[in-house]
Amino acid sequence: MGRIVLEQVTKRFGDVEVIPPLDLTIEDGEFAVFVGPSGCGKSTLLRLIAGLEDVTAGRILIDDADATNMPPARRRLAMVFQSYALYPHMSVRRNIAFPLRMAGMDKAEIERRVQAAAAALNLTDYLDRRPGQLSGGQRQRVAIGRAIVREPTAFLFDEPLSNLDAALRVGMRLEISEMHKRLRTTMIYVTHDQVEAMTMADKIVVLHAGRIEQAGSPLDLYRTPRNRFVAGFIGSPRMNLIEGEEAARHGAHAIGVRPEDITLSREEGGGIWSGVVGVAEHLGSDTFVHVHETGLAETLTVRVSGETPCTHGDRVWLTPREEAIHRFDAAGMRIE
Amino acid sequence: MATRHSRAAARMMMAPAVVLLLGWMLVPLTMTLWFSFRRYLPMRGGDLGWAGFDNYVRFVTSSTFWPSIQATLIIVGGVLVVTVVLGVLLALLLDQPLWGQGIVRILVIAPFFVMPTVSALVWKNMFMDPVNGLFAHLWRFFGAEPVAWMSEASLQSIIMIVSWQWLPFATLILLTAIQSLDREQLEAAEMDGAGPLSRFAHIILPHLSRAVTVVILIQTIFLLSVFAEIFVTTQGSFGTRTLTYLIYQRVLESQNVGLGSAGGVYAIILANIVAIFLMRIVGKNLDA
Ligand SMILES: Nc1ncnc2c1ncn2[C@@H]1O[C@H](COP(=O)(O)OP(=O)(O)OP(=O)(O)O)[C@@H](O)[C@H]1O
Ligand SMILES: [Mg+2]
Repeated sequence: MGRIVLEQVTKRFGDVEVIPPLDLTIEDGEFAVFVGPSGCGKSTLLRLIAGLEDVTAGRILIDDADATNMPPARRRLAMVFQSYALYPHMSVRRNIAFPLRMAGMDKAEIERRVQAAAAALNLTDYLDRRPGQLSGGQRQRVAIGRAIVREPTAFLFDEPLSNLDAALRVGMRLEISEMHKRLRTTMIYVTHDQVEAMTMADKIVVLHAGRIEQAGSPLDLYRTPRNRFVAGFIGSPRMNLIEGEEAARHGAHAIGVRPEDITLSREEGGGIWSGVVGVAEHLGSDTFVHVHETGLAETLTVRVSGETPCTHGDRVWLTPREEAIHRFDAAGMRIE
Repeated sequence: MATRHSRAAARMMMAPAVVLLLGWMLVPLTMTLWFSFRRYLPMRGGDLGWAGFDNYVRFVTSSTFWPSIQATLIIVGGVLVVTVVLGVLLALLLDQPLWGQGIVRILVIAPFFVMPTVSALVWKNMFMDPVNGLFAHLWRFFGAEPVAWMSEASLQSIIMIVSWQWLPFATLILLTAIQSLDREQLEAAEMDGAGPLSRFAHIILPHLSRAVTVVILIQTIFLLSVFAEIFVTTQGSFGTRTLTYLIYQRVLESQNVGLGSAGGVYAIILANIVAIFLMRIVGKNLDA
């Protein structure tokens, strides 16, 4: 079990309200990802759930039990910190065994679980090393090992991969996803990374200044963003947002078109909008073409499958897919 | 200092300092060694010639030698224990966000700025005086017989005075060490189910081990030569005659420079033994 419910949870640091009253339910076994710009309160929310910060108001329920005033240890949650927070003077073995020792488990059982965790995380050869003698990825694994041996009701991750290089990040991302599929334990995962959020999550929670802008499945958020903020935040490259006359033509204050929903033509009059190519980013599988001087927005980004021979200064014509246009009202909310 | 050229330049520039320091150390050391092999009685005929190992033999075989070593070790050990234990506790306390932290910290450091002679006199006359001392009043207030600190609990009194002086040093070093502890480690331990005592034992104390090592090594060097506190309180009586004090008595009270110098050489040997011993026990903390 591992159902976590936040009811009107509020957090204030002095006079600053970092989290205004907020409701959120994370179902048992769900992989929930918190995303949002820096300083929006992701870590704070996670720490509130962990019990490392006290809530100012509201209730936190874990498996239907009121955990609002429970000390962190009794919430049966495990946390993986961004800095890993390994105990530097203990060997890897003792690091992983630490929560079990604190729980007073008997030696044989501890050793069995540590061995199992180490085997699952490819750490068997490193059990007698100190954290200082490990690479970043290995440290990350030890931190995860320390979390899984306790068999917690839920895992909390605070940007666990942000200190790793790109290749390692992809590997660890898959490992964590696989671990989730295997254990079926609730996980809450904080990240900055679009790709991590889209690929790992069952549910993405988009936060902005402590408020939940939208919560839902990745494709839900991608296809039907509830407002302009979510539309601009989810998806990479970002959705093109266009205001003014063109938007008014669609009966909206602003319209949004994703880069892949625009077709690009190099033929005179081959589209309804036209502009000049600023930069074309060739990724091999795709090309991102940044088009200026369209009279609609500073830059329109277009995604073209495969290679396209665009270069700086070319004039191009663009056509959006009508049915893929998102419309937003003056308050920034979606118009259906 | 990577290239051969820069290393050579560095050596040249450091040479004057090294020569000066060597001279500074070697001249007194050589003189001590020289005098320790002479019969040198300034008031009774001056330098009376070669004495061989006489001074060394006399110094160790005198009935005061071993008790003085014992007193030295008790004082050093006692002060180390008191300052490290109280230092850790005070550092933990000062690390908490508490009201008037700035003032409290200054108060804690203050004893370090008081000269040893002054602080010992203050303790002796204002606190420990069996008739008018604060402690005597306190004891009487509770209906107890005042303690004649300097004669009945002489070693404890000196340990107390010296500890009071060195506690700020220990506290400061340990406080900076505590403040450098990664908060996330403590939070991780908290989530792992460690209570306050386990967190202290498993996270804070190991983190402090290096700072404790530094405190012990530095303090030992200074504590082996504690003098003023004994001079103004017990004058070496009631079992408080340390090796340093014994040497002082031999040289100045008995006017026997040769014998005192031999004692000085023994003091050097003792300091080295203690240092090696300490390095063995705690020095491995410094490698990690
Ligand atoms: N202990 C604190 N005291 C006062 N303000 C705090 C404290 N901790 C966090 N804040 C404030 O709360 C806000 C949210 O911080 P938080 O660490 O949750 O952001 P975040 O979303 O995790 O950002 P990032 O993505 O950069 O990690 C920030 O504006 C921060 O300044
Ligand atoms: Mg954060």
